[in-house]
Amino acid sequence: MSGVDTGTIFALTGAVLIGIGVYGLLVRGHMLRRLIAFNVMSSGIFLMFGATGARGPAAAPDPVPQALIITGLVVALAATALVVALLLRYAQITGRAALSEDMPGEDDPA
Amino acid sequence: MIAMAPVFCIIVPLAAAFASVVRPLPRPLVGLAILVVLGLTGMTVAEVWQQGAHRIPVGGWQAPLGIALVVDGLSGALLATTALVMTAVLLAALPEFADRDRETRKGWAFWPLAFLVWAALNAAFLSGDLFNIYVSLEFLTLATLALVSLEETAEALEAAMRYALFALFGSLAYLLGVVLLYAAHGTLDIALLSQADLQGTNSIVAAALITTGLAAKTALFPFHAWLPPAHAGAPAPASAMLSGLVPKAPFFVLIRFWFDVAPDLPGEAALQFIGTLGAAAIVYGSVLAMRQTQLKRLVAYSTVAQLGYLFLIFPLAGGDGLSQVWSAGAWTGATFHAVSHALAKAAMFLAAGLVVHAAGHDRVSAMNGLTQSMPMTAFAFGLASVTIMGLPPSGGFVAKYLLLTAAFSSGQFIWAAVIVAGGVLAAGYVFRPLSRTFFHGHVQTVAVPRRQQAVPLTLAALALLLGIVSSAPYAFLQTGRPIAAEEGLE
Repeated sequence: MSGVDTGTIFALTGAVLIGIGVYGLLVRGHMLRRLIAFNVMSSGIFLMFGATGARGPAAAPDPVPQALIITGLVVALAATALVVALLLRYAQITGRAALSEDMPGEDDPA
Repeated sequence: MIAMAPVFCIIVPLAAAFASVVRPLPRPLVGLAILVVLGLTGMTVAEVWQQGAHRIPVGGWQAPLGIALVVDGLSGALLATTALVMTAVLLAALPEFADRDRETRKGWAFWPLAFLVWAALNAAFLSGDLFNIYVSLEFLTLATLALVSLEETAEALEAAMRYALFALFGSLAYLLGVVLLYAAHGTLDIALLSQADLQGTNSIVAAALITTGLAAKTALFPFHAWLPPAHAGAPAPASAMLSGLVPKAPFFVLIRFWFDVAPDLPGEAALQFIGTLGAAAIVYGSVLAMRQTQLKRLVAYSTVAQLGYLFLIFPLAGGDGLSQVWSAGAWTGATFHAVSHALAKAAMFLAAGLVVHAAGHDRVSAMNGLTQSMPMTAFAFGLASVTIMGLPPSGGFVAKYLLLTAAFSSGQFIWAAVIVAGGVLAAGYVFRPLSRTFFHGHVQTVAVPRRQQAVPLTLAALALLLGIVSSAPYAFLQTGRPIAAEEGLE
């Protein structure tokens, strides 16, 4: 590798994933797609976090980021499960899976 | 034991939450749990009062390996506020959610979620570590999301999902900022980070991400859109928690970050920008509150406006201002506002909940003739409005007075104009429901027992009391401030 170490490659990949995730969160309307975008984004952050633990090829990696990533994964999983449950119930009631575009109460105070 | 009281402030509500998942707690046990947490909070506050700010290395492990809890005046004050508001909320929820004869889905779910909110708030206020704060805030978000969706209507579910999008995006932005800080400094402990030299692009990007994430969670304009439907759509006791307490946790973390971790980092432009967003929230939230036809929506938009005041702390006390004489006044003014708004807004939502229950609908006209049928609730709503408008002698007045004097003595007259205008606008939106209480002929058909009406009245009275005996909480809030200063309240 011409001067680029593994940690940097992981961090850059993480940055790309974060970008894709943010794009998906902003652009997509379907809640499930937005939720997947959220997960892509969090995977990118965890990858980046893991990359910060790299201390060169000779030294063992810093274990703290790994411990924190595991906690983060659990949190992301719990959040995903909760939103999927909300979405399922919402789809059962309304038959839709996207939030209505107009903000309720913003322009129409009724 | 007393030294470990803060740890149990997190453990006891958490245990109560798990216990009530297994089997709904009978009323005496709910009361016992409330009393124990109140006592523990009292012990924590007394400890800060006597010994000043201190750190508790949990399990005896010192940072950077261990995760410390930190108690100072601000966290003590917010713990105490949380305890008072949660006690009121749980008492107010007993008739609605703890009916022994008919166990409902809502009634079953409310108690564990409410205790989880209490535990998560206490954890956020006590954490001395940026990652621990992340976990506490996520905990809080998940519990509040479930509370928002408690009604299980399409509107409530939509409000919850909209809230989820903002809150989850906010958490990830915050987490990314934390990752960048860890990469540069190798620690997440707030005390250790404050000794590190936070300069350069990495720190600025990290600070921007952390600020954006926390602002989205605090519903700062323009991230406010999720708040009114979420807060207005929940059952009234849940709304009181959501509006009064929950946004204070990410705001508290913002203060920790900008005043403890990186006091020298923000430039003047960034501080003015955040202040401008706060001012926009005050004006925009107030104008929309005036236009609402539903009572709970009106109260929820008032929260958007009132949260805006909190962010005036950054232009008035942040950055270079930290070393100025007015900084203590501005800092305490904003934190005082966080406390008095929590009490007053919880009182307002609980009162509104009783009115909606008694009138059978949520339109502002539900307030018609309230002084005849439910004078205690009408008085509670009125007293809470006094604090929201910032009239003397309420806690809201002291907060806005401190912010105002700081704005004048720092020569930043624009913020003074915003604070005054915000007070006038607040009068505009609270007088609309308030004037209806004096109409002839009341519309409240369901009788509400007096002891239920006493709960919001007590909270509103506490918000007022905060202004009458303001010197003790003023001094307490200063405990452990990075730069101690005693001027500002003359």
